[in-house]
Amino acid sequence: MDVTKFVQVCLNGLTLGSLYALIALGYTLVYGVLRFINFAHSDVVTIGAWMAFVFAAAIGWAGTDSPLFAMPVILAMSMAVCATLGFTIERLAYRPLRRAPRLNVLITAIGVSLFLQNSGQLKWVFGTQPQAMPKLLSEEALFTLAGVRVPVVDVVVVVLAFTLLVALQWLVFRTRMGQAMRAVSFDERTAALMGINVDMIISYTFMIGSALAAAGGMIYGLKYGNLLQSADSVWVLLGLKAFVAAVVGGIGNVRGAVAGAFLIAFVEMFGAAYRSPQMRDVYVFGILIAVLILKPGGLLGKATVEKV
Amino acid sequence: MSAAAPPAGASAAAAGASAAAAGASAAAPALDADRLSIAFGGLKAVTELSLRVPARGLHGLIGPNGAGKTTVFNLLTGVYRPDSGSIRLGGVRVDGLRPNQIARAGLARTFQNIRLFAELSVLDNVRVAAAVRARSGLLRTFLRTPLYVAEEAAILERARELLAILGIAHREDEQAKSLPYGDQRRLEIARALATEPRVLLLDEPVAGMNTQEKKAMRGLIQSLRERFDVAILLIEHDMGLVMDICEHITVLDHGVTIARGEPAAVQHDPAVIEAYLGVPDDGAAAPPGDAG
Repeated sequence: MDVTKFVQVCLNGLTLGSLYALIALGYTLVYGVLRFINFAHSDVVTIGAWMAFVFAAAIGWAGTDSPLFAMPVILAMSMAVCATLGFTIERLAYRPLRRAPRLNVLITAIGVSLFLQNSGQLKWVFGTQPQAMPKLLSEEALFTLAGVRVPVVDVVVVVLAFTLLVALQWLVFRTRMGQAMRAVSFDERTAALMGINVDMIISYTFMIGSALAAAGGMIYGLKYGNLLQSADSVWVLLGLKAFVAAVVGGIGNVRGAVAGAFLIAFVEMFGAAYRSPQMRDVYVFGILIAVLILKPGGLLGKATVEKV
Repeated sequence: MSAAAPPAGASAAAAGASAAAAGASAAAPALDADRLSIAFGGLKAVTELSLRVPARGLHGLIGPNGAGKTTVFNLLTGVYRPDSGSIRLGGVRVDGLRPNQIARAGLARTFQNIRLFAELSVLDNVRVAAAVRARSGLLRTFLRTPLYVAEEAAILERARELLAILGIAHREDEQAKSLPYGDQRRLEIARALATEPRVLLLDEPVAGMNTQEKKAMRGLIQSLRERFDVAILLIEHDMGLVMDICEHITVLDHGVTIARGEPAAVQHDPAVIEAYLGVPDDGAAAPPGDAG
Protein backbone atom coordinates (compact mmCIF):
# COMPACT_ATOMS: atom_id res chain seq x y z
CA MET A 1 0.00 0.00 0.00
CA ASP A 2 1.20 3.47 -0.90
CA VAL A 3 1.63 5.31 2.38
CA THR A 4 2.33 8.66 0.75
CA LYS A 5 -0.89 8.58 -1.20
CA PHE A 6 -2.83 7.51 1.89
CA VAL A 7 -1.44 10.35 4.00
CA GLN A 8 -2.08 12.83 1.20
CA VAL A 9 -5.71 11.75 0.94
CA CYS A 10 -6.11 12.02 4.71
CA LEU A 11 -4.73 15.55 4.61
CA ASN A 12 -7.14 16.48 1.83
CA GLY A 13 -9.99 14.97 3.80
CA LEU A 14 -9.01 16.95 6.87
CA THR A 15 -8.95 20.32 5.09
CA LEU A 16 -12.12 19.64 3.14
CA GLY A 17 -13.85 18.37 6.31
CA SER A 18 -12.86 21.57 8.15
CA LEU A 19 -14.45 23.59 5.36
CA TYR A 20 -17.66 21.53 5.35
CA ALA A 21 -17.88 21.64 9.14
CA LEU A 22 -17.76 25.44 9.33
CA ILE A 23 -20.54 25.72 6.76
CA ALA A 24 -22.62 22.82 8.09
CA LEU A 25 -22.77 24.45 11.52
CA GLY A 26 -24.67 27.41 10.08
CA TYR A 27 -27.38 25.12 8.73
CA THR A 28 -27.63 23.15 11.93
CA LEU A 29 -27.64 26.16 14.29
CA VAL A 30 -30.45 27.87 12.41
CA TYR A 31 -32.41 24.63 12.14
CA GLY A 32 -31.94 24.20 15.88
CA VAL A 33 -33.71 27.43 16.79
CA LEU A 34 -36.11 27.96 13.88
CA ARG A 35 -36.73 24.45 12.49
CA PHE A 36 -36.19 25.39 8.89
CA ILE A 37 -33.38 25.03 6.36
CA ASN A 38 -31.81 28.37 5.55
CA PHE A 39 -31.16 27.87 1.85
CA ALA A 40 -29.52 31.29 1.66
CA HIS A 41 -26.70 30.04 3.88
CA SER A 42 -24.50 28.87 0.99
CA ASP A 43 -24.71 32.36 -0.50
CA VAL A 44 -23.42 33.84 2.74
CA VAL A 45 -20.42 31.52 2.27
CA THR A 46 -19.97 32.87 -1.26
CA ILE A 47 -20.16 36.44 -0.04
CA GLY A 48 -17.70 35.65 2.75
CA ALA A 49 -15.19 34.39 0.19
CA TRP A 50 -15.73 37.36 -2.11
CA MET A 51 -15.53 39.88 0.73
CA ALA A 52 -12.15 38.43 1.65
CA PHE A 53 -11.05 39.04 -1.94
CA VAL A 54 -12.50 42.55 -1.96
CA PHE A 55 -10.83 43.54 1.31
CA ALA A 56 -7.48 42.05 0.29
CA ALA A 57 -7.61 43.90 -3.01
CA ALA A 58 -8.71 47.17 -1.41
CA ILE A 59 -5.95 47.13 1.18
CA GLY A 60 -3.42 45.99 -1.37
CA TRP A 61 -2.51 42.69 0.21
CA ALA A 62 -2.06 40.62 -2.87
CA GLY A 63 0.26 37.77 -2.05
CA THR A 64 2.58 36.01 0.35
CA ASP A 65 4.67 39.16 0.70
CA SER A 66 1.77 40.70 2.64
CA PRO A 67 2.27 41.05 6.38
CA LEU A 68 1.58 38.02 8.57
CA PHE A 69 -1.47 39.63 10.13
CA ALA A 70 -3.09 40.18 6.72
CA MET A 71 -5.01 36.93 6.86
CA PRO A 72 -6.50 37.29 10.38
CA VAL A 73 -7.42 40.92 9.71
CA ILE A 74 -9.20 40.09 6.47
CA LEU A 75 -10.86 37.10 8.10
CA ALA A 76 -12.20 39.28 10.91
CA MET A 77 -13.54 41.86 8.45
CA SER A 78 -15.20 39.24 6.31
CA MET A 79 -16.74 37.55 9.35
CA ALA A 80 -18.07 40.89 10.59
CA VAL A 81 -19.67 41.68 7.23
CA CYS A 82 -21.32 38.27 7.02
CA ALA A 83 -22.53 38.41 10.62
CA THR A 84 -24.22 41.71 9.77
CA LEU A 85 -25.62 40.19 6.59
CA GLY A 86 -26.98 37.18 8.51
CA PHE A 87 -28.58 39.47 11.08
CA THR A 88 -30.16 41.56 8.32
CA ILE A 89 -31.50 38.56 6.40
CA GLU A 90 -33.16 37.19 9.50
CA ARG A 91 -34.55 40.55 10.52
CA LEU A 92 -35.98 41.50 7.14
CA ALA A 93 -36.86 38.17 5.53
CA TYR A 94 -37.52 35.59 8.22
CA ARG A 95 -38.73 37.40 11.32
CA PRO A 96 -41.91 38.73 9.71
CA LEU A 97 -42.75 35.09 8.94
CA ARG A 98 -42.19 33.82 12.48
CA ARG A 99 -45.78 32.63 12.80
CA ALA A 100 -46.25 31.67 9.16
CA PRO A 101 -46.27 28.06 7.94
CA ARG A 102 -42.80 26.50 7.65
CA LEU A 103 -43.14 26.18 3.88
CA ASN A 104 -43.48 29.95 3.42
CA VAL A 105 -40.21 30.50 5.22
CA LEU A 106 -38.51 27.84 3.14
CA ILE A 107 -39.64 29.46 -0.10
CA THR A 108 -38.53 32.83 1.21
CA ALA A 109 -35.09 31.36 1.94
CA ILE A 110 -34.83 30.22 -1.68
CA GLY A 111 -35.84 33.74 -2.73
CA VAL A 112 -33.17 35.29 -0.54
CA SER A 113 -30.67 32.86 -2.02
CA LEU A 114 -31.52 33.85 -5.59
CA PHE A 115 -31.41 37.51 -4.62
CA LEU A 116 -27.92 37.20 -3.17
CA GLN A 117 -26.63 35.08 -6.06
CA ASN A 118 -27.80 37.50 -8.68
CA SER A 119 -27.05 40.77 -6.94
CA GLY A 120 -23.52 39.47 -6.41
CA GLN A 121 -23.06 39.50 -10.19
CA LEU A 122 -23.81 43.21 -10.51
CA LYS A 123 -20.81 45.06 -11.78
CA TRP A 124 -20.61 47.30 -8.74
CA VAL A 125 -20.77 44.30 -6.40
CA PHE A 126 -18.52 41.40 -7.37
CA GLY A 127 -19.10 41.27 -11.11
CA THR A 128 -19.43 38.30 -13.44
CA GLN A 129 -15.74 37.59 -13.95
CA PRO A 130 -13.95 34.96 -11.87
CA GLN A 131 -11.14 36.28 -9.72
CA ALA A 132 -8.06 34.71 -8.22
CA MET A 133 -7.95 34.89 -4.45
CA PRO A 134 -4.69 36.51 -3.28
CA LYS A 135 -2.34 33.88 -1.94
CA LEU A 136 -2.10 35.27 1.56
CA LEU A 137 -0.70 31.99 2.82
CA SER A 138 2.30 30.21 1.44
CA GLU A 139 2.04 27.05 -0.63
CA GLU A 140 5.53 26.21 0.68
CA ALA A 141 5.79 23.03 2.70
CA LEU A 142 5.79 23.67 6.43
CA PHE A 143 6.92 20.11 7.01
CA THR A 144 6.94 16.79 5.24
CA LEU A 145 5.02 13.82 6.57
CA ALA A 146 5.62 10.36 5.08
CA GLY A 147 6.72 11.98 1.85
CA VAL A 148 3.76 14.36 1.76
CA ARG A 149 4.46 18.08 1.61
CA VAL A 150 2.19 19.79 4.12
CA PRO A 151 1.81 23.40 2.98
CA VAL A 152 1.35 26.33 5.36
CA VAL A 153 -2.09 27.03 3.98
CA ASP A 154 -3.38 23.55 4.90
CA VAL A 155 -2.08 23.82 8.44
CA VAL A 156 -3.59 27.26 8.93
CA VAL A 157 -6.92 26.14 7.48
CA VAL A 158 -7.17 23.14 9.79
CA VAL A 159 -5.98 25.02 12.89
CA LEU A 160 -8.37 27.91 12.18
CA ALA A 161 -11.31 25.60 11.64
CA PHE A 162 -10.64 23.63 14.80
CA THR A 163 -10.24 26.81 16.84
CA LEU A 164 -13.62 28.07 15.64
CA LEU A 165 -15.26 24.69 16.19
CA VAL A 166 -13.97 24.52 19.76
CA ALA A 167 -15.06 28.12 20.38
CA LEU A 168 -18.56 27.27 19.16
CA GLN A 169 -18.75 24.14 21.31
CA TRP A 170 -17.73 26.27 24.26
CA LEU A 171 -20.33 28.89 23.43
CA VAL A 172 -23.18 26.42 23.02
CA PHE A 173 -22.42 24.09 25.90
CA ARG A 174 -20.55 26.22 28.44
CA THR A 175 -22.03 29.72 28.41
CA ARG A 176 -25.38 31.13 29.41
CA MET A 177 -26.00 32.30 25.87
CA GLY A 178 -25.58 28.68 24.82
CA GLN A 179 -27.98 27.59 27.56
CA ALA A 180 -30.51 30.08 26.26
CA MET A 181 -29.98 28.84 22.68
CA ARG A 182 -30.55 25.26 23.71
CA ALA A 183 -33.61 26.27 25.71
CA VAL A 184 -35.05 28.15 22.71
CA SER A 185 -34.19 25.21 20.48
CA PHE A 186 -36.05 22.84 22.77
CA ASP A 187 -39.15 24.93 23.46
CA GLU A 188 -39.34 28.49 22.23
CA ARG A 189 -42.58 29.40 24.00
CA THR A 190 -41.53 28.16 27.39
CA ALA A 191 -38.16 29.87 26.97
CA ALA A 192 -39.95 33.18 26.44
CA LEU A 193 -42.02 32.61 29.60
CA MET A 194 -38.76 32.17 31.51
CA GLY A 195 -37.67 35.62 30.43
CA ILE A 196 -35.47 34.64 27.48
CA ASN A 197 -35.57 37.13 24.63
CA VAL A 198 -36.18 34.63 21.84
CA ASP A 199 -35.80 37.15 19.01
CA MET A 200 -32.42 38.20 20.30
CA ILE A 201 -31.22 34.61 20.62
CA ILE A 202 -32.33 33.93 17.04
CA SER A 203 -30.46 37.03 15.84
CA TYR A 204 -27.30 35.88 17.62
CA THR A 205 -27.68 32.43 16.10
CA PHE A 206 -27.82 33.87 12.59
CA MET A 207 -24.83 36.11 13.27
CA ILE A 208 -22.73 33.25 14.60
CA GLY A 209 -23.68 30.89 11.77
CA SER A 210 -22.98 33.55 9.16
CA ALA A 211 -19.61 34.45 10.68
CA LEU A 212 -18.61 30.79 10.51
CA ALA A 213 -19.81 30.73 6.91
CA ALA A 214 -17.51 33.66 6.14
CA ALA A 215 -14.60 31.75 7.63
CA GLY A 216 -15.58 28.77 5.48
CA GLY A 217 -15.75 30.97 2.39
CA MET A 218 -12.34 32.48 3.04
CA ILE A 219 -10.84 29.04 3.67
CA TYR A 220 -12.28 27.90 0.37
CA GLY A 221 -10.66 30.87 -1.37
CA LEU A 222 -7.28 30.35 0.24
CA LYS A 223 -7.26 26.62 -0.43
CA TYR A 224 -8.66 26.47 -3.95
CA GLY A 225 -7.72 29.95 -5.15
CA ASN A 226 -10.36 30.49 -7.82
CA LEU A 227 -13.45 32.58 -7.02
CA LEU A 228 -16.22 32.01 -9.53
CA GLN A 229 -19.10 34.46 -9.92
CA SER A 230 -21.64 34.36 -7.13
CA ALA A 231 -24.34 32.38 -8.94
CA ASP A 232 -21.99 29.64 -10.13
CA SER A 233 -23.05 26.10 -9.37
CA VAL A 234 -19.73 25.48 -7.61
CA TRP A 235 -21.03 27.49 -4.64
CA VAL A 236 -24.39 25.78 -4.71
CA LEU A 237 -22.72 22.38 -4.65
CA LEU A 238 -20.44 23.43 -1.79
CA GLY A 239 -23.42 24.58 0.25
CA LEU A 240 -25.37 21.48 -0.66
CA LYS A 241 -22.60 19.15 0.51
CA ALA A 242 -22.29 21.04 3.80
CA PHE A 243 -26.05 20.71 4.16
CA VAL A 244 -25.72 16.97 3.52
CA ALA A 245 -23.07 16.88 6.27
CA ALA A 246 -25.49 18.53 8.70
CA VAL A 247 -28.28 16.09 7.81
CA VAL A 248 -25.99 13.06 7.96
CA GLY A 249 -24.79 14.13 11.41
CA GLY A 250 -28.32 14.86 12.61
CA ILE A 251 -29.67 18.30 11.75
CA GLY A 252 -29.92 20.54 14.78
CA ASN A 253 -27.05 18.73 16.47
CA VAL A 254 -23.85 20.80 16.71
CA ARG A 255 -21.47 17.89 17.25
CA GLY A 256 -23.30 15.88 14.62
CA ALA A 257 -22.65 18.54 11.98
CA VAL A 258 -18.91 18.37 12.62
CA ALA A 259 -18.88 14.56 12.60
CA GLY A 260 -20.98 14.50 9.42
CA ALA A 261 -18.67 17.01 7.73
CA PHE A 262 -15.55 14.92 8.30
CA LEU A 263 -17.30 11.70 7.35
CA ILE A 264 -18.48 13.21 4.06
CA ALA A 265 -15.10 14.76 3.32
CA PHE A 266 -13.13 11.58 3.96
CA VAL A 267 -15.49 9.41 1.94
CA GLU A 268 -15.40 11.95 -0.88
CA MET A 269 -11.60 12.15 -0.88
CA PHE A 270 -10.97 8.42 -0.49
CA GLY A 271 -13.56 7.62 -3.10
CA ALA A 272 -12.01 10.10 -5.49
CA ALA A 273 -8.48 8.82 -4.87
CA TYR A 274 -9.06 5.09 -4.82
CA ARG A 275 -12.16 4.62 -6.93
CA SER A 276 -13.20 7.26 -9.39
CA PRO A 277 -12.63 11.04 -9.14
CA GLN A 278 -15.64 11.65 -11.40
CA MET A 279 -17.88 9.93 -8.88
CA ARG A 280 -16.98 12.02 -5.82
CA ASP A 281 -20.34 13.78 -5.62
CA VAL A 282 -22.07 10.44 -5.99
CA TYR A 283 -20.35 9.13 -2.86
CA VAL A 284 -21.51 12.14 -0.86
CA PHE A 285 -25.12 11.86 -1.88
CA GLY A 286 -24.90 8.07 -1.60
CA ILE A 287 -24.11 8.50 2.09
CA LEU A 288 -27.05 10.85 2.43
CA ILE A 289 -29.41 8.30 0.91
CA ALA A 290 -28.01 5.51 3.06
CA VAL A 291 -28.34 7.56 6.25
CA LEU A 292 -31.85 8.68 5.40
CA ILE A 293 -32.89 5.07 4.87
CA LEU A 294 -31.09 3.49 7.82
CA LYS A 295 -31.10 6.25 10.43
CA PRO A 296 -33.33 9.09 9.26
CA GLY A 297 -32.57 11.25 12.29
CA GLY A 298 -28.88 11.37 11.34
CA LEU A 299 -25.93 9.66 12.96
CA LEU A 300 -26.04 11.65 16.20
CA GLY A 301 -29.65 12.71 15.91
CA LYS A 302 -32.50 10.92 17.51
CA ALA A 303 -35.67 9.69 15.95
CA THR A 304 -38.44 12.21 16.40
CA VAL A 305 -42.08 11.92 15.66
CA GLU A 306 -43.27 14.80 13.56
CA LYS A 307 -46.13 16.57 15.26
CA VAL A 308 -49.18 16.98 13.09
CA MET B 1 -37.97 46.45 42.38
CA SER B 2 -38.47 49.43 40.14
CA ALA B 3 -35.33 48.29 38.32
CA ALA B 4 -37.43 45.47 36.95
CA ALA B 5 -39.75 47.85 35.17
CA PRO B 6 -40.29 46.41 31.71
CA PRO B 7 -38.56 48.01 28.75
CA ALA B 8 -40.79 50.17 26.65
CA GLY B 9 -42.61 48.05 24.15
CA ALA B 10 -46.33 48.48 24.09
CA SER B 11 -47.80 51.90 23.87
CA ALA B 12 -50.24 51.95 26.74
CA ALA B 13 -48.11 49.82 28.97
CA ALA B 14 -44.98 51.86 28.42
CA ALA B 15 -46.72 55.06 29.37
CA GLY B 16 -48.23 53.41 32.39
CA ALA B 17 -44.95 51.84 33.37
CA SER B 18 -42.97 55.04 33.52
CA ALA B 19 -45.64 56.74 35.56
CA ALA B 20 -46.26 53.81 37.84
CA ALA B 21 -42.70 52.56 38.26
CA ALA B 22 -41.78 55.36 40.60
CA GLY B 23 -44.95 54.92 42.56
CA ALA B 24 -44.83 51.11 42.65
CA SER B 25 -44.97 50.45 46.33
CA ALA B 26 -45.81 47.75 48.80
CA ALA B 27 -49.32 49.16 48.85
CA ALA B 28 -50.07 48.10 45.28
CA PRO B 29 -51.26 44.52 44.95
CA ALA B 30 -48.66 42.11 43.59
CA LEU B 31 -51.05 41.20 40.79
CA ASP B 32 -53.93 43.35 39.73
CA ALA B 33 -55.88 42.19 36.71
CA ASP B 34 -58.81 44.42 35.93
CA ARG B 35 -61.75 43.27 33.80
CA LEU B 36 -59.80 41.14 31.37
CA SER B 37 -61.67 39.85 28.35
CA ILE B 38 -60.61 37.85 25.36
CA ALA B 39 -62.56 36.17 22.59
CA PHE B 40 -61.37 33.69 20.00
CA GLY B 41 -63.52 34.25 16.96
CA GLY B 42 -67.04 34.29 18.37
CA LEU B 43 -66.13 32.37 21.50
CA LYS B 44 -65.77 34.50 24.61
CA ALA B 45 -63.08 32.57 26.44
CA VAL B 46 -62.74 34.98 29.35
CA THR B 47 -65.17 37.76 30.19
CA GLU B 48 -64.47 40.70 32.51
CA LEU B 49 -62.20 38.80 34.82
CA SER B 50 -60.73 40.71 37.75
CA LEU B 51 -58.10 39.28 40.06
CA ARG B 52 -56.29 41.03 42.84
CA VAL B 53 -53.61 39.17 44.73
CA PRO B 54 -51.84 41.09 47.50
CA ALA B 55 -48.11 40.65 48.17
CA ARG B 56 -47.53 37.20 49.65
CA GLY B 57 -51.17 36.35 49.05
CA LEU B 58 -52.27 32.86 48.04
CA HIS B 59 -55.30 32.84 45.79
CA GLY B 60 -57.02 30.03 43.99
CA LEU B 61 -58.59 29.97 40.55
CA ILE B 62 -60.98 27.09 40.05
CA GLY B 63 -63.68 25.99 37.71
CA PRO B 64 -64.81 22.96 35.71
CA ASN B 65 -62.72 21.77 32.77
CA GLY B 66 -62.82 24.27 29.95
CA ALA B 67 -63.80 27.12 32.24
CA GLY B 68 -60.96 29.27 30.91
CA LYS B 69 -58.43 28.93 33.72
CA THR B 70 -55.49 28.18 31.45
CA THR B 71 -56.55 31.02 29.15
CA VAL B 72 -56.30 33.33 32.16
CA PHE B 73 -52.71 32.17 32.74
CA ASN B 74 -51.94 32.77 29.08
CA LEU B 75 -53.40 36.27 29.33
CA LEU B 76 -51.43 37.11 32.44
CA THR B 77 -48.14 35.85 30.99
CA GLY B 78 -48.57 37.69 27.71
CA VAL B 79 -49.06 34.66 25.47
CA TYR B 80 -52.44 36.14 24.56
CA ARG B 81 -53.22 39.83 24.48
CA PRO B 82 -56.44 40.74 26.25
CA ASP B 83 -59.07 42.38 24.03
CA SER B 84 -59.78 44.71 26.93
CA GLY B 85 -58.78 45.21 30.52
CA SER B 86 -55.45 45.81 32.18
CA ILE B 87 -52.83 43.86 34.10
CA ARG B 88 -50.55 45.39 36.69
CA LEU B 89 -47.64 43.82 38.54
CA GLY B 90 -46.88 45.73 41.70
CA GLY B 91 -48.66 48.71 40.19
CA VAL B 92 -46.78 48.57 36.87
CA ARG B 93 -48.81 47.92 33.77
CA VAL B 94 -47.64 44.92 31.81
CA ASP B 95 -50.51 44.05 29.47
CA GLY B 96 -49.38 44.31 25.87
CA LEU B 97 -45.80 43.42 26.72
CA ARG B 98 -44.22 40.28 25.31
CA PRO B 99 -43.93 37.15 27.50
CA ASN B 100 -40.20 37.57 28.16
CA GLN B 101 -40.74 41.19 29.20
CA ILE B 102 -43.54 40.19 31.55
CA ALA B 103 -41.34 37.46 33.02
CA ARG B 104 -38.67 40.09 33.57
CA ALA B 105 -41.22 42.34 35.24
CA GLY B 106 -41.87 39.65 37.83
CA LEU B 107 -44.35 37.02 36.68
CA ALA B 108 -43.43 33.33 36.49
CA ARG B 109 -45.43 30.19 35.99
CA THR B 110 -45.33 26.41 36.07
CA PHE B 111 -47.24 24.13 33.72
CA GLN B 112 -49.92 21.54 34.15
CA ASN B 113 -48.17 19.38 31.56
CA ILE B 114 -44.59 19.74 32.66
CA ARG B 115 -42.61 21.79 30.19
CA LEU B 116 -39.03 21.61 31.34
CA PHE B 117 -36.09 21.95 28.98
CA ALA B 118 -35.84 18.17 28.97
CA GLU B 119 -32.44 17.93 27.31
CA LEU B 120 -30.75 20.45 29.60
CA SER B 121 -29.34 19.47 32.96
CA VAL B 122 -31.34 20.15 36.10
CA LEU B 123 -28.92 22.91 37.04
CA ASP B 124 -29.04 24.51 33.57
CA ASN B 125 -32.85 24.56 33.64
CA VAL B 126 -32.66 26.80 36.69
CA ARG B 127 -29.65 28.80 35.50
CA VAL B 128 -31.24 29.72 32.20
CA ALA B 129 -34.16 31.25 34.08
CA ALA B 130 -31.92 32.85 36.72
CA ALA B 131 -30.14 34.75 33.94
CA VAL B 132 -33.35 36.65 33.18
CA ARG B 133 -31.96 40.03 34.20
CA ALA B 134 -28.31 39.36 33.41
CA ARG B 135 -26.82 40.76 30.22
CA SER B 136 -25.40 38.09 27.98
CA GLY B 137 -24.39 39.71 24.69
CA LEU B 138 -21.91 38.09 22.32
CA LEU B 139 -19.09 40.46 23.19
CA ARG B 140 -19.55 40.02 26.95
CA THR B 141 -19.69 36.27 26.52
CA PHE B 142 -16.42 36.06 24.62
CA LEU B 143 -14.56 38.73 26.57
CA ARG B 144 -15.77 37.45 29.93
CA THR B 145 -15.90 40.95 31.41
CA PRO B 146 -15.70 41.19 35.22
CA LEU B 147 -19.39 42.06 35.33
CA TYR B 148 -20.23 38.96 33.27
CA VAL B 149 -18.14 36.71 35.50
CA ALA B 150 -19.70 38.18 38.65
CA GLU B 151 -23.21 37.67 37.26
CA GLU B 152 -22.26 34.14 36.33
CA ALA B 153 -21.21 33.37 39.91
CA ALA B 154 -24.38 34.93 41.34
CA ILE B 155 -26.56 32.93 38.94
CA LEU B 156 -24.85 29.68 39.85
CA GLU B 157 -25.17 30.38 43.54
CA ARG B 158 -28.86 31.23 43.29
CA ALA B 159 -29.57 28.19 41.14
CA ARG B 160 -27.87 25.84 43.59
CA GLU B 161 -29.68 27.48 46.51
CA LEU B 162 -33.06 26.96 44.83
CA LEU B 163 -32.29 23.34 44.04
CA ALA B 164 -31.32 22.80 47.66
CA ILE B 165 -34.51 24.42 48.97
CA LEU B 166 -36.61 22.24 46.71
CA GLY B 167 -34.66 19.15 47.68
CA ILE B 168 -33.25 18.22 44.28
CA ALA B 169 -29.71 19.54 44.65
CA HIS B 170 -28.23 16.07 44.45
CA ARG B 171 -29.58 15.68 40.92
CA GLU B 172 -28.18 18.87 39.40
CA ASP B 173 -26.11 17.12 36.72
CA GLU B 174 -28.86 14.84 35.46
CA GLN B 175 -30.91 15.64 32.41
CA ALA B 176 -34.25 17.12 33.43
CA LYS B 177 -36.16 14.39 31.60
CA SER B 178 -34.54 11.67 33.73
CA LEU B 179 -36.07 13.00 36.96
CA PRO B 180 -39.04 11.24 38.51
CA TYR B 181 -42.37 13.00 38.05
CA GLY B 182 -42.54 14.61 41.49
CA ASP B 183 -39.04 16.01 41.16
CA GLN B 184 -39.86 17.41 37.73
CA ARG B 185 -42.69 19.39 39.32
CA ARG B 186 -40.27 20.64 41.94
CA LEU B 187 -37.77 21.59 39.26
CA GLU B 188 -40.47 23.57 37.45
CA ILE B 189 -41.09 25.54 40.64
CA ALA B 190 -37.35 26.08 41.12
CA ARG B 191 -37.04 27.32 37.55
CA ALA B 192 -39.98 29.70 37.97
CA LEU B 193 -38.59 31.06 41.25
CA ALA B 194 -35.20 31.60 39.61
CA THR B 195 -36.65 34.53 37.67
CA GLU B 196 -37.28 36.21 41.07
CA PRO B 197 -40.98 36.67 40.47
CA ARG B 198 -43.32 38.96 42.34
CA VAL B 199 -46.17 36.66 41.38
CA LEU B 200 -45.99 32.91 40.84
CA LEU B 201 -48.66 31.12 38.84
CA LEU B 202 -48.97 27.43 39.67
CA ASP B 203 -50.94 25.32 37.18
CA GLU B 204 -52.17 22.16 38.92
CA PRO B 205 -49.04 21.58 40.99
CA VAL B 206 -50.33 18.37 42.59
CA ALA B 207 -51.88 16.77 39.50
CA GLY B 208 -50.99 13.10 39.36
CA MET B 209 -49.49 13.02 42.83
CA ASN B 210 -50.29 10.55 45.60
CA THR B 211 -51.50 11.64 49.04
CA GLN B 212 -48.05 11.79 50.54
CA GLU B 213 -46.58 13.81 47.69
CA LYS B 214 -49.55 16.16 47.82
CA LYS B 215 -48.98 16.77 51.48
CA ALA B 216 -45.33 17.63 50.89
CA MET B 217 -46.25 19.92 48.00
CA ARG B 218 -48.85 21.70 50.12
CA GLY B 219 -46.24 22.48 52.75
CA LEU B 220 -43.84 23.64 50.08
CA ILE B 221 -46.33 25.99 48.42
CA GLN B 222 -47.17 27.60 51.73
CA SER B 223 -43.52 28.06 52.64
CA LEU B 224 -42.69 29.77 49.33
CA ARG B 225 -44.63 32.92 50.12
CA GLU B 226 -42.55 33.94 53.10
CA ARG B 227 -39.31 32.55 51.84
CA PHE B 228 -39.39 34.21 48.43
CA ASP B 229 -41.71 37.10 49.17
CA VAL B 230 -43.96 35.98 46.35
CA ALA B 231 -47.70 36.06 45.76
CA ILE B 232 -49.22 32.87 44.41
CA LEU B 233 -52.14 32.25 42.09
CA LEU B 234 -53.08 28.60 42.02
CA ILE B 235 -55.08 26.60 39.50
CA GLU B 236 -55.97 23.27 40.99
CA HIS B 237 -58.59 20.57 40.62
CA ASP B 238 -57.87 19.14 44.04
CA MET B 239 -60.56 20.94 46.03
CA GLY B 240 -59.24 19.75 49.36
CA LEU B 241 -55.96 21.49 48.70
CA VAL B 242 -57.52 24.65 47.31
CA MET B 243 -60.01 25.06 50.14
CA ASP B 244 -57.31 24.34 52.64
CA ILE B 245 -54.53 26.73 51.67
CA CYS B 246 -56.07 29.54 49.62
CA GLU B 247 -57.17 32.74 51.30
CA HIS B 248 -59.37 33.75 48.44
CA ILE B 249 -60.92 31.85 45.58
CA THR B 250 -62.25 32.91 42.20
CA VAL B 251 -64.55 30.47 40.41
CA LEU B 252 -64.80 30.55 36.63
CA ASP B 253 -67.37 28.88 34.43
CA HIS B 254 -67.34 29.42 30.65
CA GLY B 255 -64.96 32.31 31.21
CA VAL B 256 -67.35 34.13 33.52
CA THR B 257 -66.64 34.71 37.20
CA ILE B 258 -69.51 33.00 39.01
CA ALA B 259 -68.23 33.39 42.54
CA ARG B 260 -65.38 34.84 44.51
CA GLY B 261 -64.47 35.16 48.15
CA GLU B 262 -63.22 33.12 51.05
CA PRO B 263 -63.14 29.34 50.61
CA ALA B 264 -65.95 28.69 53.09
CA ALA B 265 -68.28 31.10 51.33
CA VAL B 266 -67.44 29.90 47.83
CA GLN B 267 -67.90 26.29 48.85
CA HIS B 268 -71.55 26.82 49.64
CA ASP B 269 -72.35 29.15 46.81
CA PRO B 270 -75.28 27.64 44.87
CA ALA B 271 -73.88 28.87 41.54
CA VAL B 272 -70.63 27.05 42.18
CA ILE B 273 -72.32 23.81 43.14
CA GLU B 274 -74.47 23.99 40.07
CA ALA B 275 -71.50 24.65 37.79
CA TYR B 276 -69.69 21.60 39.10
CA LEU B 277 -72.64 19.25 39.22
CA GLY B 278 -73.92 20.48 35.91
CA VAL B 279 -71.05 18.82 34.08
CA PRO B 280 -71.87 15.14 34.32
CA ASP B 281 -68.94 13.75 32.30
CA ASP B 282 -66.37 15.65 34.33
CA GLY B 283 -65.13 12.98 36.69
CA ALA B 284 -62.24 15.02 38.07
CA ALA B 285 -64.42 17.79 39.34
CA ALA B 286 -66.10 16.66 42.49
CA PRO B 287 -68.31 19.23 44.17
CA PRO B 288 -66.22 21.59 46.24
CA GLY B 289 -65.73 20.36 49.76
CA ASP B 290 -66.32 16.68 49.01
CA ALA B 291 -62.73 15.96 48.07
CA GLY B 292 -59.69 15.74 50.33
